[in-house]
Amino acid sequence: MAAASDDDGIAGGRSGLSIVTNLSVVFLVVLWLVPTIGLLVSSFRDRDAITASGWWNAPFPVEQNFAVGADGEFEQTPEGWVIEGNLFGEGGSGEVTAFGGRRAEPNAFEPGTTGELVRGRTLTVETNGDFRYVDPAEEEPRRAPTIYFGSEVPPNFTTTNYETILTSAGMDVAFINTLTVTIPATIIPILIAAFAAYALAWMDFPFRGALIAIVVGLLVVPLQLALVPMLQFHNEIGIGQSFYGIWFAHTGFGLPLAIYLLRNYMVGLPRDIIESAKVDGATDFQVFTKIVLPLSFPALASFAIFQFLWTWNDLLVAKVFLPSNSESWVMTVKIADDLLGSRGGDWGILAAAAFVSIAVPLVVFFTMQRYLVRGLLAGSVK
Amino acid sequence: MSPLLQGILTVIIGVGGCIGYFWSANFVLDRFIFPAKGPEAGRNINRANAVRPWLFLLPAMLALGLYLVYPVFGSFWRSLFNRAGTDFVGFGNYAQLFGDSEFRTALFNNMLWVLVVPASATFLGLLVAQLTDRLSWGNIAKSLIFMPMAISFVGASLIWKFVYAVDPEIGIINAMRDIIGLSPLDPMQVGFWNNFFLMVILIWIQTGFAMVILSAALRGIPEETVEAAIIDGATPVQIFFRIKIPQIMGTIVVVWTTITILVLKVFDIVYTMTGGNFGTQILPSYMMEYMFRDDGRATAVAFVIMIIVLPVMIWNIVQARKEVR
Repeated sequence: MAAASDDDGIAGGRSGLSIVTNLSVVFLVVLWLVPTIGLLVSSFRDRDAITASGWWNAPFPVEQNFAVGADGEFEQTPEGWVIEGNLFGEGGSGEVTAFGGRRAEPNAFEPGTTGELVRGRTLTVETNGDFRYVDPAEEEPRRAPTIYFGSEVPPNFTTTNYETILTSAGMDVAFINTLTVTIPATIIPILIAAFAAYALAWMDFPFRGALIAIVVGLLVVPLQLALVPMLQFHNEIGIGQSFYGIWFAHTGFGLPLAIYLLRNYMVGLPRDIIESAKVDGATDFQVFTKIVLPLSFPALASFAIFQFLWTWNDLLVAKVFLPSNSESWVMTVKIADDLLGSRGGDWGILAAAAFVSIAVPLVVFFTMQRYLVRGLLAGSVK
Repeated sequence: MSPLLQGILTVIIGVGGCIGYFWSANFVLDRFIFPAKGPEAGRNINRANAVRPWLFLLPAMLALGLYLVYPVFGSFWRSLFNRAGTDFVGFGNYAQLFGDSEFRTALFNNMLWVLVVPASATFLGLLVAQLTDRLSWGNIAKSLIFMPMAISFVGASLIWKFVYAVDPEIGIINAMRDIIGLSPLDPMQVGFWNNFFLMVILIWIQTGFAMVILSAALRGIPEETVEAAIIDGATPVQIFFRIKIPQIMGTIVVVWTTITILVLKVFDIVYTMTGGNFGTQILPSYMMEYMFRDDGRATAVAFVIMIIVLPVMIWNIVQARKEVR
């Protein structure tokens, strides 16, 4: 690629231009990645951490305010009633950044100083959490005082959100449901489409051109049209809202792209191979199963990835063709219709749920990107 | 039986059934109906070969006819009936639609989406394709910008909910406003502009698609044309706009129309982000409001979407017919 850039032969200012190019690409990539990284980071933080600081601050310690009841008994001394102890409790440790005696001013005093509270009371807190509270009153105070202090909490990442999502929130069921929808809905259209694509690519019969045109036209038919009539049809033939319904629906909706992609690929296969096989006495069926199908593997893989991503990520078809009870929710429906409502404020849970739902497509995407790109190109560039 | 087992069984039955159908249909055709022997062997082979394509096409044609062709007419027919489907109301549902201000908002917003999203995604895709073309790490950059394509619209919406969150400790937009001293606001409730904030999500997803295709198209430009331009003293900007763009114009149109079609179908983003509130309704999400409640109205909306898509469909078919000939 370096050679290609040399060919552009922009005399002078090339290094300047290339720095600008590099920087703008870096900028765009960062811009594109930031939202997803935010989600990923947030999914590993607990609810308190998420509301206390932005996810972009997650790697840094956070200053949080705490309120603890002074632990211990009052002792009578010449100065008055005194409690001594440590804010972090027995065996605890931490670093106090500020302290105070009132909720309204939790960070009124520096550690190591003595703060004057109301009615002559004083409070001393050291950085390590040791405190000394003095109340000059005559009678023993009834309640131990509450001490407010700020402390730095080290960055804390947790998998609690994922545990919650996968055990109690029902995301595990939704995951299985998504998988259940996806597998048959990906495999079955491939086979049906492959035979049709072969016929459209290599067999000669009347109306072939018209059929190809119809398939191309069907590529853009909005799914919305199919929802009401097909649900009605499913109800009439007795499968109603069920997994069978969604498998059939996805099969039907995926076919135009499948036939189109596969035909485009098969038409490009070398004519010699197919014709010499026919001269040797192979039937169309044999030519298809023994020669064309194995050679079309890349196109089959591209379509499989498309259909997999599309069915896995689909919300519309799942909402309409699957029953609307929680046992049959797929992940997209679970997130959109349940979690966003019932756990709308629980950002950690939402982030973890979203990440569970996009993890598998991302793995597929990064491992099989080559086929995905090839499929896109076959489908769009003619 | 658990749904997953049911699914695996369906795969086995489905795949087995398909293979069984194709194999046995062929077998019956060649062995019994038109056997390639006897006095009419030659004629029978020709006859069998005339029938065979239709055997190969039959399952696909059935499925396509049932799930895509029939619904076009079925939906239109249904849209002529009232809510319960009992009374013929002619174009009553359509008249009601156009009388509904929410529908007009949805139509208007959809026009905005159709204008903005394909243009922005194609432009950004072209920009990234051109910029990364010369970079050593271009493929990594492209891969990362392409990544949102793998994410569901629901997942993407959630990702952007974090970006748009009102709390400046969660939403990065409001965090920035906080830094420059502005009070937090909810981008989803900013009238009119909230539509554009929603579009950003789809642009974020679709730029990768545009980039991949346009990048391949840029690579496909013959070297000589660029070299000739350089010899003639063209600047990089001139080369890009005068030499490269005209040569990939066909691909740009394809990308543009593909994204346009997608824009008309995507309901997930609006559904997840605002539920169509705050003046962000679009046709697909408007339709889902009536789905299950008033099928007459829902199918009427679906048919309006179909009519908007129709010109692209016809154009596609014309292109395809040209190619096949």
